[in-house]
Amino acid sequence: MSARGPRFFAIGVAIAILLTLPLWIANSYYVNIASQILLWAVAALALNVLVGYGGLVSLGHAALFGAAGYTAALLLKAGHGHLVADLAAIGFTLFVSAIFAILSLRSTGIAFLMITLALGQILWGIAYRWVSLTQGDNGVNVTTRPRFFGISLATADAFYYAVLIVFALAVISMAIFVRSPFGASLRGTRDQARRMNALGYNVWLIRFLAFLFSGFWTGIAGLLFVYYNQFISPQVMALQTSAEILLMVISGGTATLLGPIAGAAIVVVMKNVASAYIERWNLVLGVIFVLIISFMPDGLIPGTARIWRSGWQTLRARAARGVRVS
Amino acid sequence: MKVQRRTVLKGLLAASAAVAAPPFLRAQAAPFKIGLLTVKTGPLAQGGNQMEQGILTFLTEKNKTLAGRAIELIVADTGGNPAGAKTKASELIERDKVNVILGPLAAFELLAITDYVRDNATPLISIAAAEDVTQRKANPFVIRPSATSAQCCHAMGDFASKELKFKRAATISEDFAFGYEQMAGFQRVFEDNGGKVVKKLWPPFVTPDYTPYIAQISNVDCVFNGFAGSNPVKFMRAYADLGVKDKIPLLAGWTAMDDALLKSLGDEAVGVISAAWYSSEANTPSNKRFVEGMQKAYGVLPGGYSAGMYVAGQCVEAAIQILGGKADDRKALAEALHKVSLTDTPRGPVKFDQYGNVVGDVFIRKCEKKDGKLVNTVIKTYPNVSQFWSYDEKAFLGNPVYSRDYPPAKNLE
Amino acid sequence: MSLWLTLAVNSIALGGLLFLLSAGFSLIFGLMRIPNLMHGSFFMLGAYFGVSFLQQGVNFWLAALLSGVAMALIGGLIERFLLKRLSGQELPQVLLTLGLSFIIADLCLMIWTGDPWQPATPPQLRGAVQVAGLFFPIYRLAIVAVAVVVALALWLMIDWTRLGAKIRAGVDDAPIARMVGIHVSKLFTLIFALGAGLAAFGGVMGAPYLSVYPGLDAEMLPLALIVVILGGTGSLVGAFVGSFVIGFLYNFGQAMFPDLAYVILFLPMVLVLVLRPQGLFGKVMS
Repeated sequence: MSARGPRFFAIGVAIAILLTLPLWIANSYYVNIASQILLWAVAALALNVLVGYGGLVSLGHAALFGAAGYTAALLLKAGHGHLVADLAAIGFTLFVSAIFAILSLRSTGIAFLMITLALGQILWGIAYRWVSLTQGDNGVNVTTRPRFFGISLATADAFYYAVLIVFALAVISMAIFVRSPFGASLRGTRDQARRMNALGYNVWLIRFLAFLFSGFWTGIAGLLFVYYNQFISPQVMALQTSAEILLMVISGGTATLLGPIAGAAIVVVMKNVASAYIERWNLVLGVIFVLIISFMPDGLIPGTARIWRSGWQTLRARAARGVRVS
Repeated sequence: MKVQRRTVLKGLLAASAAVAAPPFLRAQAAPFKIGLLTVKTGPLAQGGNQMEQGILTFLTEKNKTLAGRAIELIVADTGGNPAGAKTKASELIERDKVNVILGPLAAFELLAITDYVRDNATPLISIAAAEDVTQRKANPFVIRPSATSAQCCHAMGDFASKELKFKRAATISEDFAFGYEQMAGFQRVFEDNGGKVVKKLWPPFVTPDYTPYIAQISNVDCVFNGFAGSNPVKFMRAYADLGVKDKIPLLAGWTAMDDALLKSLGDEAVGVISAAWYSSEANTPSNKRFVEGMQKAYGVLPGGYSAGMYVAGQCVEAAIQILGGKADDRKALAEALHKVSLTDTPRGPVKFDQYGNVVGDVFIRKCEKKDGKLVNTVIKTYPNVSQFWSYDEKAFLGNPVYSRDYPPAKNLE
Repeated sequence: MSLWLTLAVNSIALGGLLFLLSAGFSLIFGLMRIPNLMHGSFFMLGAYFGVSFLQQGVNFWLAALLSGVAMALIGGLIERFLLKRLSGQELPQVLLTLGLSFIIADLCLMIWTGDPWQPATPPQLRGAVQVAGLFFPIYRLAIVAVAVVVALALWLMIDWTRLGAKIRAGVDDAPIARMVGIHVSKLFTLIFALGAGLAAFGGVMGAPYLSVYPGLDAEMLPLALIVVILGGTGSLVGAFVGSFVIGFLYNFGQAMFPDLAYVILFLPMVLVLVLRPQGLFGKVMS
């Protein structure tokens, strides 16, 4: 069947919209919101590697996000260039991810969730308390954004395109990862850890590498965040941020490519746009989550797809019946 | 008096000029937009709601018209975090194109957006206290009619040493910049007057139980606390419950003993002496209108967060008066805001130094129980207090900004 | 040294409060395997209920009981109509409980405003004990007594009643329990209601001491998690001992290592999880 036709068409439309977005939303504020959606989508996609494909629910990813942001911000403040700062930030995030992974991968399930939560809180505590390094609560300002092949990213539009490129790379790398033998083996460890072990796979190593992969993209998202806001403070490493990223993944639909992106869009739009019109936006956001989970326990994207398919099938069945009657 | 009449005349002139010149009238027709950057959700919503009530009270009193200009107020909820403050500031500036921003509430929010408002040339009237925004990193687009963190604490240090004759003090405050800066200001003046700060305690912002800290306090004449938000309520109860209050008098910064907080406090607050830049007891005409307006609309006694926004509204009004038809020029507005000088605000006379920080009165109050209700009775007024206290401005700015380690605490035991 | 004595006594007092907070969490977590991320919200909402009852002139203990009952009803309804359909699905449970905690937090802000509330200490329990240089509020000691009574009651229920036998069977092996004819579904609703009610009761008990304010939920949730992790899931003894261990760690940690104030509770949590993931008293999780 030509199920691929509509899908390619939809992807084409999405790409066209994303590419031309700044042209038809003239206001820089909305362009900035779009950049935020994309950067949080990168973070959600990264967490989805563990949550969706690995079955490992982390509540400590804000710490990885913040580790990258802080490393870059502090190195930039110390006078280093963007390239050095960014590479060091990614390096450090991978290092922290490795430590997180070594400590947390002794367990799975809720114990894994708890240990990542605790580790995240510890990093948050360090960022808060180690005032001489991090300036504590006051945070660190980043005065300049990097130049991208000579183009300044200072304007909203330019920054949007930079984020879009990174976002596209993240999506592509996720798509490749899902289809790769590595992705398949990670899913295997999620569904049948014992069998994977028996088959000679090193379950621990697969999970460890997945953690690093997830940490890498979380770090990239953290870098985008710090360049977007040109500021970082401990709040971003708090449990609430970890929970928000997790909510994006679950509400959109775990183990899907589109789910985390949709989830990021919901959360960012509610927090930043809807909050201008609805005073009790927190309540509405809560209600949205409850509704999603009540009607689509597998998340918005898989749920919508299911409804779409069943609707389509009913229509076709009706049409078929109609044919028979006549 | 004279000043007031002149400003009224100016306003009239501006109004008549507007009538005389049709194109000018068109320019005037667009409302003057005030953006309020506040917190309406999450743990900081208490102060954030009060901020909104304060500016609404002012605008209602003025019938939503300042110096002949119709006012549009746009309220933005930052959620109490820096990233939210940045996004909401950009919403107000880039989307709503506001003429001026009032707020934000917290120092870390202000620090996240000061560069941004300067780059986008939008004036901001802050209530957040971060010292350096009106000192070493003064921002030409920011004024602060409330106070720096240490502004009232300098006065408290003076009062504690000179009038109360305390020699040994302990300080306790949240472990963040607002706390560091408050305690530093107190310590500096207290020690310069011959006192000694022998213990400095820094509980985390989130501390379920203050007992482990309070238990460490002994052998001092007084304890100065600088808690904010809902923490002072918890702290003072524990301080009294553990029997320390009966032995060691408690002093407080403005957020720890704010008038708006009194309704949440009980007997444990009686006797606490605090330094604040606003007192709901103040006897100025505008304060009477303000307190009455707040009582009528919200049934509450206003505190600093509301008063700060009311005064901010008065500053906007005065700046529009100064500029007349040019009030839409944001750079001119920022300059005019620096030049504002008011004789009658709820907090008393207000003018600004060259860095945009207020020079105004600081009240020393003692909490008492009158007719079953707590009141902060003013026992001394320090007039025209600058952010530099009595120190030389240059020397002050030559030192590092107040922090946990500066000025160094040499007398810790 | 009166400092150390005060800290020690306060550790016990805080432990009592932590037990009231986390006993319900432990039951829910152990029996139903639900990471109930709205447990802090139950505690806060219960405390707010208590504030409102007290304002109506209700006696303190009655207010605590009423608010516990009210919260148990709400908890039961949440379990029956929302959580039940998600049994065994960890991620949707996380999303649902977090979503509900957003709703509860915002509703509380709407109803009780952002101002902190601190109910007066019940009149019979005002004042302080003074022994050997120690000065300690009676009310906090009363909380310990209440915690011990609650712990005993729970222990009696679990070890000596039919209901308790069912609960134990459920904790040990839910599918088997179902096979031998235990209505696990009803049991779950009951346990969830009980856990919610206990949290709310603890919230009212804590109110004169912690006060009630927006954000209390987010402060309490990690404490409940830590206690249960440390003590071991589904173990009442674990929750009890864990509460007091955390009480001591918190008090002495804050006083002796102020630089570690933020991590003093999470470091041991990591240690326990790495070295003994089932907690000090827990059984090995499947």
